[in-house]
Amino acid sequence: MSAITLRELTKVYPNGVRALDALDLEIADGEFFALLGPSGCGKTTLLRTIAGLELASGGTVRIGERAVTNLPPGQRDVAMVFQDYALFPHMTVRDNIAYPLRIKKVGKAARQDKAAATADELGLSTLLDRRPGQLSGGQQQRVALARAMACHPKVFLLDEPLSNLDARLRLEARTFLKRLQRELGVTTVFVTHDQAEALALADRIAVMEGGRIRQVGTPTEVFRRPANTFVAGFIGSTPMNLVPARVDGDALALAGVRLPVPEDARGQLADGETVVYGVRPEYLDYSPEPVPEALTGQVAVVENLGSFSLVSLDVPAEDDTATSVQVVVPEGREPDPGDTGWVVPRPGRSLVYRDGELVGGATAPPVPAPRTGVGAEA
Amino acid sequence: MTGASPAPDAAGLGRARAAGFLVPSMVLILLFLVVPAAWTIYLGVTNYRLTGLAAANPEIVGLDNYTRALTDERFRTSLLLTLQFVLGSAVIGQAGLGFAIAFALRDRRGPLRRVVEAFILLSWILPSSVVAFLWIALLDRDAGTLNGLLGTPGMAWLLDHPMLSIIIFNTWRGTAFSMMLYAAALENVPRSHLETARLAGASTWQQLRDVVFPRIRGHVLTNLLLISLWTFNDFTPFLITAGGPEQRSEVLAVYVYKVALSGGELGFGAAISFIMLLINLVIALIYLRMLGRRKERA
Repeated sequence: MSAITLRELTKVYPNGVRALDALDLEIADGEFFALLGPSGCGKTTLLRTIAGLELASGGTVRIGERAVTNLPPGQRDVAMVFQDYALFPHMTVRDNIAYPLRIKKVGKAARQDKAAATADELGLSTLLDRRPGQLSGGQQQRVALARAMACHPKVFLLDEPLSNLDARLRLEARTFLKRLQRELGVTTVFVTHDQAEALALADRIAVMEGGRIRQVGTPTEVFRRPANTFVAGFIGSTPMNLVPARVDGDALALAGVRLPVPEDARGQLADGETVVYGVRPEYLDYSPEPVPEALTGQVAVVENLGSFSLVSLDVPAEDDTATSVQVVVPEGREPDPGDTGWVVPRPGRSLVYRDGELVGGATAPPVPAPRTGVGAEA
Repeated sequence: MTGASPAPDAAGLGRARAAGFLVPSMVLILLFLVVPAAWTIYLGVTNYRLTGLAAANPEIVGLDNYTRALTDERFRTSLLLTLQFVLGSAVIGQAGLGFAIAFALRDRRGPLRRVVEAFILLSWILPSSVVAFLWIALLDRDAGTLNGLLGTPGMAWLLDHPMLSIIIFNTWRGTAFSMMLYAAALENVPRSHLETARLAGASTWQQLRDVVFPRIRGHVLTNLLLISLWTFNDFTPFLITAGGPEQRSEVLAVYVYKVALSGGELGFGAAISFIMLLINLVIALIYLRMLGRRKERA
């Protein structure tokens, strides 16, 4: 068992910066877990505190059954892959992979066999005698992964695993990484600032801001039901539309129209309350003809994104200023700038936020049951 | 070639003007480096003296000066003392202590680091005559500070332990350079590499061996080359012990001075100087070869 349990974890740097603020988190055994957030949100500090490279100022870290809060990194049985891979330039690929085994005093023959076997799993067999400087970025990353795997740690920690690769390689590496994690079944925590990367790779995501966790959930949960406006704006390749609204009886008044209160929020809103209405551009349908229960406005910008276009409509806001609503329109149906359009939210996909928090939002999702590793053939 | 351009060089000077820029420095190097060196070699094969008959009419004596030096007990003792001085104060003292301080301070910022650096730098920038006086005052038998601190009145450090005294003195004097060089070198060691080693469970010593030294090998060799040569030719020990007592701290630089200027045997002194030059050359070649091998491997 190597679940990771964090209780009230706090890290205050000597200069007074509170990087982690009484943080509680449980990462299940075998889970592929993402720490996501803008730079400075504490995600890297959290990863480094789990690794033991930073010592917690307060709270506890448990890995499996062991309390490791004050153990040095070498005794925590974790392996970390750094953003720059940190391969030793003066050692061959073989020696790099075998390095942790050498420190653990494994005999030379045994550790070289292990290095060769691990390299083989990752398709590095032909590169064993090369030096890191002679490898491509993708190969270097796999050597770093092999070095992490070679001593069978309980936990993998990956710091921005894809950010040093070029765009094409990144997609390839993403698929590779997800497959590898599934095959090894080792609890893996990775840090990223790229929401698409987190959504694509992780079993669950913790979205962080200012040293706190703003939401933990599966990619589907954080994408469909962001718990607050911060997560709503951060997740998704196009941020969620957030339009100021006022509760008017059993409807919401916004942008000059009245829309029914979304199902989840029904019965929880007081008449006259000011709230924020949120709906993703992907969950809006554009119509060139007037339709009931739709927002309407003038097309300002059309951005072609390949198989679809992102259309920005200027709609009037409650306080007579203009606000912008974005909608995804499939190819071939793009309006022209200046057209008047109507957008209808799909049922069950719009949300209401009060004071930045989701109204009627589900409580924190349960931690998924521990998952054991599945074999390569599964 | 089509229409040879007048200035094929990057700066667009042309051969003649480029030579014009070089000539002044070449003349100076010739005048103050090559000519004296040639003059030393010439003097080394004569019986030239500072005063007397041989000063007026020096005679060529061939390799006599060299055979005399190599068979001279005092020269060989002096060479041995110089090697002790270089090994003890430069390689072990300055480089070792300089690295240790740089490594200990590597992650520190703020007042502690600045104070330590300031003190160490101070020992480096003070004039030799001043620090020599300070050390004599420190080690003096009757009113010395050290005897006062240790409660050992009458202990004659400079007489009883002359080599140890100048080795510690020179370590103190030159550590600043090595410390600064290693501090800069350690900035080149990526944190992630050290942390990877720590995560694998490497001890501090293993981190130094596997991560730090391979990374700063070039810096180490350059540092050792420079401080070995500087220390080999250093004359400051003369200001403290004057080579004594009984020539027990007479390093080569002091020996040459005594032979040539106090003793007046310029020819013999020149021969010893030339031998020192050759030894320096050998030291430099050894280090440069090691540096070259490093480049090949990289």
